[in-house]
Amino acid sequence: MEVDQMQRQYLDYTKPLFLEGFLDGQFLQLQQLQDENNPDFVAEVVSLFFEDSERLLNDLTFSLEQKSIDFKKIDAHVHQLKGSSSSIGAQRVKNCCIAFRNFCEEQNIDACLSCLQQVKQEYCHVKNKLETLIRLEQQIVAAGGSIPTMEFSF
Amino acid sequence: MAAPSSSNWVMESAHDVPHVLAVDDNLIDRKLVEKLLRNSSCKVTTAENGPRALELLGLTSGGQNSMNGRSKVNLVITDYCMPGMTGYELLKKIKESSVMKEVPVVIMSSENIPTRINKCLEEGAQMFILKPLKQSDVKKLTCQLMN
Repeated sequence: MEVDQMQRQYLDYTKPLFLEGFLDGQFLQLQQLQDENNPDFVAEVVSLFFEDSERLLNDLTFSLEQKSIDFKKIDAHVHQLKGSSSSIGAQRVKNCCIAFRNFCEEQNIDACLSCLQQVKQEYCHVKNKLETLIRLEQQIVAAGGSIPTMEFSF
Repeated sequence: MAAPSSSNWVMESAHDVPHVLAVDDNLIDRKLVEKLLRNSSCKVTTAENGPRALELLGLTSGGQNSMNGRSKVNLVITDYCMPGMTGYELLKKIKESSVMKEVPVVIMSSENIPTRINKCLEEGAQMFILKPLKQSDVKKLTCQLMN
């Protein structure tokens, strides 16, 4: 595949992610931080996000399985996840976390369990998307091309 | 972003490159703020909590400045919500110290709560920045500090 074809494929894949709200402008901020000195910056941050999120989701699952639920602890975990998803631009995950925190405050166990399921789903979706996105970027770079920048505004 | 207070912005530095101490308990946020600051030509040291930050600033009762005075911190940027010591508490400790009280402290938070913002500004924070951090936030900050 030619570089320009790869670039078109990349844009065709990535643009809907923004339009459908999986990613927001903060992700573009991350991409803009990538340069020759830090050619893998996005991949590194995203990888940290995956590790951190998986740990938090495990902790949340564990905490919600306890006989006596520690809502403060759960809220603290969700706050962390909300923070990291916000910082990388994983908008849907962040929005789930916002709802989740509200239910923590209400100490509504069922709603929290439901939110946890939703967050896990959204996390899985965005993880898949990001992995593909990064693979497409790396393909372009390996072929000697540059990653096209998103041109639309939010 | 809240407006800076009127007190002086001068960063004393014998070197051209400002040295920033960035404090945040979130790993992703630490990585992001570090990169943003480096892109604005700052030297960056990170800490994951208030006590560690105080240690690095030489403000713990041990007294030793772990940075050996060679590379004095010109700015502290800290998250507000941290377990244990909050950014606000860290700000207070810095402002209470004779050695570090002139160092500008910037508070970051994901929550836009006016009472929180005012509390920090009243305690001497130079600026309050809403997360997630963007390049424009950091550029504005470092530009003002460089004057």
